[in-house]
Amino acid sequence: MARFTLSRRALAAAALAPLARPALAQGSGGAIRIGELNSYSRMAAFAVPYRNAMQQAQDAVNAAGGVMGGRRLEFVFRDDGATPGDAVRVAEELLTRENVAFLVGTFLSNVGLAVADFANQRKRLFLATEPLTDALTMAQGNRYTFRLRPSTYMQTRMLVEAIRGRNVKRWAIVAPNYEYGQSAAANFKRLLPDAIPGAEIVAEQFPALGRIDAGATVGALGQARPEGIFNALFGADLTAFVREGNTRGLFERRTVVSLLTGEPEYLIPLGEETPEGWIVTGYPWEQVETPAHKAFVDAYRARFNDTPRKGSLLGYVTVQVVANLLNTANTLDNEKLVDALADLRTETVVGPVVMRGLDHQGTMGTWVGETTLRGRQGAMRNARYADGADYMFPEAEVRAARRAS
Amino acid sequence: MEWDFLLVQALSGLASASSLFVIASGLTIVFGVTRIVNFAHGSFYMLGAYVAVTILPWLLEIDRLPSLFFAGVLVSALAVGVLGVVMEVLLLRRIYRVPELFQLLATFGVVLIVQDLVLLLWGPVDIPGPRAPGLRHGVYILDQRFPAYELFLIFVGPAVLGLLWLLMHRTRFGVLIRAATQDREMVGALGVNQAMLFTGTLFLGAALAGLGGALQVPRVAANPQMDLSIITEAFVVTVIGGMGSVPGAFLAALLIGQLQAFGVLIFPKITLVLVFLLMAVVLVVKPWGLLGRPDAAAGRAVLPEGIIDPRGLDGASRVLVLAGLAGVLALPFLDAYAVKVGTEVLILALAAFSLNFLVGNGGIVSFGHAAYFGLGAYGAGLLVVKAGVPMEPALIAAPIVGGAFAALFGFFVVRLSGIYLAMLTLAFAQIAYAVVFQWVEVTGGDNGLVGVWPSAWAAPREVYHYLVAACCLLAILALRRVVHAPFGATLRAVRDSAQRADAIGVDVRTHRWLGFTLAGAAAGLAGGLYAFSKGSIDPTLLGIPMSVDFLSMLLLGGIQSVLGPVAGAAAFHAVKDFFMPLTDHWRLFLGLSIIAMVLLFPRGLAGAWAGLRGRPA
Repeated sequence: MARFTLSRRALAAAALAPLARPALAQGSGGAIRIGELNSYSRMAAFAVPYRNAMQQAQDAVNAAGGVMGGRRLEFVFRDDGATPGDAVRVAEELLTRENVAFLVGTFLSNVGLAVADFANQRKRLFLATEPLTDALTMAQGNRYTFRLRPSTYMQTRMLVEAIRGRNVKRWAIVAPNYEYGQSAAANFKRLLPDAIPGAEIVAEQFPALGRIDAGATVGALGQARPEGIFNALFGADLTAFVREGNTRGLFERRTVVSLLTGEPEYLIPLGEETPEGWIVTGYPWEQVETPAHKAFVDAYRARFNDTPRKGSLLGYVTVQVVANLLNTANTLDNEKLVDALADLRTETVVGPVVMRGLDHQGTMGTWVGETTLRGRQGAMRNARYADGADYMFPEAEVRAARRAS
Repeated sequence: MEWDFLLVQALSGLASASSLFVIASGLTIVFGVTRIVNFAHGSFYMLGAYVAVTILPWLLEIDRLPSLFFAGVLVSALAVGVLGVVMEVLLLRRIYRVPELFQLLATFGVVLIVQDLVLLLWGPVDIPGPRAPGLRHGVYILDQRFPAYELFLIFVGPAVLGLLWLLMHRTRFGVLIRAATQDREMVGALGVNQAMLFTGTLFLGAALAGLGGALQVPRVAANPQMDLSIITEAFVVTVIGGMGSVPGAFLAALLIGQLQAFGVLIFPKITLVLVFLLMAVVLVVKPWGLLGRPDAAAGRAVLPEGIIDPRGLDGASRVLVLAGLAGVLALPFLDAYAVKVGTEVLILALAAFSLNFLVGNGGIVSFGHAAYFGLGAYGAGLLVVKAGVPMEPALIAAPIVGGAFAALFGFFVVRLSGIYLAMLTLAFAQIAYAVVFQWVEVTGGDNGLVGVWPSAWAAPREVYHYLVAACCLLAILALRRVVHAPFGATLRAVRDSAQRADAIGVDVRTHRWLGFTLAGAAAGLAGGLYAFSKGSIDPTLLGIPMSVDFLSMLLLGGIQSVLGPVAGAAAFHAVKDFFMPLTDHWRLFLGLSIIAMVLLFPRGLAGAWAGLRGRPA
């Protein structure tokens, strides 16, 4: 159940803000403020666990002595309104009124791209966390923008590697009709022939996001008699699609590969309908045994009385990278921060993460495995961590794309 | 293609149609009787689903009987019906005497509140409901497997249609509903207790929405985005069928269900726009929908809603306007962030003002005004990004693009009137949205395009603020001049009685068309300025939420005054900007603020000011 979060301090600050000019200059000694903007209202299922873990990590960093030789780390959280127009205004507010050192966050790809361009214009660092679009680090990449989590291309490539050499020739694609779905489909089509020579795409369905007509979509896919299905649906569309597909037998005797489905955000609502044996990317938090990760999970569960989501992991890793960046650069000068973040290596709860200097893409990976039903809950089995470093865009391609921009 | 597949696909279409009809029938009845454009109908649908996923597992715990399941569905529907009554009694009843459009704003406030209450009560995670006992399996139809539950759904639509028919023709309540749909004033004149009638109608409408939501539970997980995903489609169904016509809604739902089922086979990406294309075609050919009738009151002289007498400002109002102007111009000396907000308020004020030029002055209610705002932004943005044109010529292009598209769409739009006209503007806006969204090579798709920044001299926020102030204030002054000019007076005459205006020799259509084009051009200029203030363009600029925001600003300010929308834009944006940094639940507070303003200032801020000054708005 979502907690009601209206902080009295924020209220007072906002009431007084028009009167008091910001006097919180980030001089030496005070807390270091980082601006975090995300769709806390529209995408609460992801963003609230994400913010929880960020607060947990922030407290852990401060308890261990802070950053840059004993200064407190402090994130200022703001709702980005889930539209580029609102997000750019909020980013401006964070920079001018809250006086943050740099920006972190965003969820939607169009919001991420707009904030990235704003950061480029203002010459301030922006560490995008969740937006998946390839454009953010490729054609529309810029000096000031970095992205932490694996992009659509990287995650699609992980899945395609998982089916390399299988004798499944006829493929159908179903993806939500917007940039993430379109580019997932395009990446899949591009990578498939190399992994399975002679494979062909026999059907494509692009239902509108949040408005799938599951019966018609499942019917159209089944009619093409594919041997494999590549799915990029998530959220409410995925639940409706899986229910309809289960009843109509769409997934029987077919190989299904599916982006994001193994993430708790999308696996939990599937419940007992979770299909067996889909090859997915996801986050089997209960199976990751490294000590650092276990400590993170235990602390998270103890503090929030909830299981961690993919968003939680991302939030935690984000703070670890930010803290490491501040300690390494030991300055708040944005040009030096940008230089320090390029090729910065951070030991995180998922292992080492490098922000590749060439395209500003992080090597944070994700888990690839198969879905299975445990009791009445979905889970992943045979999961392995796919290190993002092995699935990055080829260097030549990056140079071509980023030069063109 | 095999016949068995086509048959099963048609059955899928029938199942969707049936679900859609149950929801849309409630909307059409509510509109027919109360004339309220009830945005909250989608919220009732969502609440139906959430109530059902809460009580159904609990009921099925007792026994897995189909009868218990359906009892639970009905209880959910009735519970939502009661919520409909609550909304009617607490909110709508207080504002029946104010301009009809105002109720739209109130229901929009309810939408925002319900969205956040659902998040607070049920949390953000989608909640899957149980499947219907006894209908979990698939049945074989020829060679294809088809869900038994959907087979059942196919019969629900006609059953609801039959029950509604009985209600309408065999009960006194139903007779009154039909009578009020045909001629509300006459029903009132005959001494029927309208309050009871409206309460009953809201109960029926909300219960049908709740039923629609509860019936979806075995198919989709209850989720906090359900309301907005259904509401436009439900509106489209009611409009295609003819507002107020239940059989029309049934026909329209069937049509849309089949089009979706077979459309995805031929154009897999068409679902985004298909229903709006259909609506545009139907409205152009049949201006009152398939089975709708012209409003009985259409020829009657009624007190116009909107600007009645645009006289000049009196002394105190002048002082207020000058103070506001001075405040806007002084912003750069106060606070860097305030400048940014001030710039946006100016731009939104121009957009809202141009919309009121249509709504308040011309009686042309546009639900798709954001289209011209967005197209202006795209016109300017594409020139900068793709053609490398600098800001200044691009800003000149923005109103031209906005005006050109307004002229194109307006040509069809101004033939209609009332709610049908409004829905046609929405249809065109959605078609433009879909083209911008889908044409990735040129427009960048939903990612949009970045790099739309002002020329170097205008890059500092303060300079850009003054540039925007100059453009917006001049445009507002020019439009205000037009309102006061004979052209504006003619538009008002056409609004008040098209027939009489026609009789005295006014070319009604041409005047409305020119007015529409002019408003589109002003919105286009606002869009261009907005693009340069954000540095990027994307399809949300043309979206329905943006259009609704403009309408809200306009209504908050008051459609009866010339300068009201400017105050409305400032109030709306300031409230939003105040609550957004404070809490995740800013939509709740925005909704509450809107409702508070609706109740406190039922004639808008400008109306309240005029009241304070002791004269009519």
